[in-house]
Amino acid sequence: MSDVLPTLPGLSATGDNADTQPLPVETRDEFDVEISGTVGKPFVDNPKMASRNCNVYYGDKQAIFDVNLDIGKNEIIAMIGPSGCGKSTYLRVLNRMNDTIPGCRVSGEHTLDGEDIYSPDQDPVLLRARVGMVFQKPNPFPKSIYDNVAYGPRLHGLARSRTELDEIVEKSLMRAGLFKEVKDDLQKPGTGLSGGQQQRLCIARAIAVDPEVILMDEPTSALDPIATATIEELMDELKSRYTIAIVTHSMQQAARVSQRTAYFHLGKLVEVNPTDQVFTNPEHKLTENYITGRFG
Amino acid sequence: MSTISSKQKIEASLKKRYARERRFRLYGVVSISISSLFLMVLLFTIISKGLPAFQQTWINLDVTLSPALLGVDANADPEALFSAKYAKVIKASLKEMFPGVKGRKQKRALKNLVSNSAAWDLRDKVLENPKLIGTTQSFWFLAKDDIDVFMKGGIDRNLPESDRRIKDYQLEWIDKLIAEGRLEKRFNTTLFTAGDSREPEQAGMLGAIMGSFFTMLVTLLLSFPIGVAAAAYLEEFAPQNNRWVDFIEININNLAAVPSIVFGLLGLAVFINFFGVPRSTPLVGGLVLTLMTLPTIIIASRAAIKSVPPSIKEAAIGLGASRVQTLFHHTLPLAMPGILTGTIIGMAQALGETAPLLMIGMVAFVADVPGSIVDPATVMPVQVYLWSDSPERAFTERTSAAIMILLGFLVIMNSAAIWLRKKFERRW
Ligand SMILES: Nc1ncnc2c1ncn2[C@@H]1O[C@H](COP(=O)(O)OP(=O)(O)OP(=O)(O)O)[C@@H](O)[C@H]1O
Ligand SMILES: [Mg+2]
Repeated sequence: MSDVLPTLPGLSATGDNADTQPLPVETRDEFDVEISGTVGKPFVDNPKMASRNCNVYYGDKQAIFDVNLDIGKNEIIAMIGPSGCGKSTYLRVLNRMNDTIPGCRVSGEHTLDGEDIYSPDQDPVLLRARVGMVFQKPNPFPKSIYDNVAYGPRLHGLARSRTELDEIVEKSLMRAGLFKEVKDDLQKPGTGLSGGQQQRLCIARAIAVDPEVILMDEPTSALDPIATATIEELMDELKSRYTIAIVTHSMQQAARVSQRTAYFHLGKLVEVNPTDQVFTNPEHKLTENYITGRFG
Repeated sequence: MSTISSKQKIEASLKKRYARERRFRLYGVVSISISSLFLMVLLFTIISKGLPAFQQTWINLDVTLSPALLGVDANADPEALFSAKYAKVIKASLKEMFPGVKGRKQKRALKNLVSNSAAWDLRDKVLENPKLIGTTQSFWFLAKDDIDVFMKGGIDRNLPESDRRIKDYQLEWIDKLIAEGRLEKRFNTTLFTAGDSREPEQAGMLGAIMGSFFTMLVTLLLSFPIGVAAAAYLEEFAPQNNRWVDFIEININNLAAVPSIVFGLLGLAVFINFFGVPRSTPLVGGLVLTLMTLPTIIIASRAAIKSVPPSIKEAAIGLGASRVQTLFHHTLPLAMPGILTGTIIGMAQALGETAPLLMIGMVAFVADVPGSIVDPATVMPVQVYLWSDSPERAFTERTSAAIMILLGFLVIMNSAAIWLRKKFERRW
């Protein structure tokens, strides 16, 4: 194994790491590193969403330990980490999707625009309209493309007339970069599209309710590189209007799309830093081990 | 060395494996052949026995509607016309046709060439047109069941007279009638338009069909919504690992295995004796069959709901749908083909059920066609049971015909299930 940190594609080779002395890491230590709090900069000014002392339990088993994290306005934050470290679990805390899992308990304070999202008078239905979600596997409803996108607006009564609904559907498909491909087939089933198109349809469906935050749980893991590229471009465009939190197993993807990166390990948030710093000069040894491919 | 020997070992075992596979396939083919053979035998016997029942013998008579015999004339009021002596007129016309009849036995036999419904037919015709009185008209009347059975070859005329239900003198009359073209076999509409009767030639399935229809209606209207709601609650809303929920689940599964006659006893004790639901009615029959059908529908619906991909539910919840909205917008429509299949299987079972209905009085002889769910009624399988129990020869073929009609309805129901499933599946 090389002692020099490999430069990841998509990052400038002349980064800070050129003159940083890479730490020789002993294999035996890799898993023994103490995780005491989060290193880096988990907090931002004026965050869109924030978590303090977040703990999540599945029955007796704790899946998330004391996570403190801010998500800034109109930023894309990437969440990376080995399988089973709790990325999905944390993401689902943010729109209370964990409520639907029997035995799942969430503690700590979680806010959206400073409002407590777990307070008793917060309606989870309203929260999920404001914090949308895109899942790992494309999951269009077995209905027409039009009905897929129109489902959310209909549910929340966002359109007062058929023409208004048509507009919302068209605009959402346009923003998701799918409109050109499907504009003549709006009444065809959404499940008949290709995998990449289906995922963009799911993104269109999520943005049709005009959420403020979009949570994406490995949105491209089922897609080929070209479809992935389309969706990454799309995220870049969506950034101007929405705040996006994306879970990914592809470090290249995290590097390409995100401004900040959060590294999770065994249910703990280890490091949060600007993306280029995480991939060139990680602060924590575990982060370094992960991005150099020593585990994960 | 070792690799060669293991290759040989595998080769040796391969032969055995293929042989086993071939044998297994053979078992399958054999068992399918045996079961289809049984089915063919069953269908063949039923159809060959039942087909003659779809035909019926009619007798043509020249009836002189003499006012003297009838006791009324053409200007009489309808009430008098209604109670005029039509049977006498028919008897007279038979006597005229076969003059030499002597003795009480032969006279009775002569009268019994035609069904006793002939007088009522004649009455209806006269009521329709009173001007017929005083004229001689040619009418077709239903033949008595013995004549009908003879005409369909059910009685062998070569047997010694003492072994036949049709005596020599009757044979003479029949031969004469045939020679004059006064005997005719027609399609048996009575089977579909009449209720039950003690006289085979007048007995029909309509009463049982309507009884089954009303009973099934009650069963469907109760068991479908209750079953689907129970399944949806247990699958989607009930707290998991809760002792009460587990207890209910176990009971539902056990109920599916309870002998159906127990439901009949329960219905008798609870619905009739305690709640006072009128006995022998499709209402109480439907209630009892609902109890019997519910476990089937609940179990099938739960399986169907469980097989809806969770990702679809997550997508809906993630967009801000409530759990009830998710259920009604996505889970139930997607589960509907499975739910409908289960429902129709349950309904088909209920349609063929006899034992519990015997307990609640639906085995009574009911001649009137029921017009609502609270009229006394019987159902098709019970009709089969009643007819198979009747001594008259003519009921034997009608029993088979009734089975054919019942099977026909089952086929229609199963086709409906397939059609509904296709229809729901095609939507997406
Ligand atoms: N529904 C559940 N019930 C019980 N335990 C769960 C459930 N979902 C997740 N877990 C546990 O919580 C931990 C975190 O899981 P999570 O799905 O958040 O990991 P992840 O980081 O998203 O992993 P991956 O990258 O493989 O998707 C795991 O140990 C997992 O076993
Ligand atoms: Mg995950």
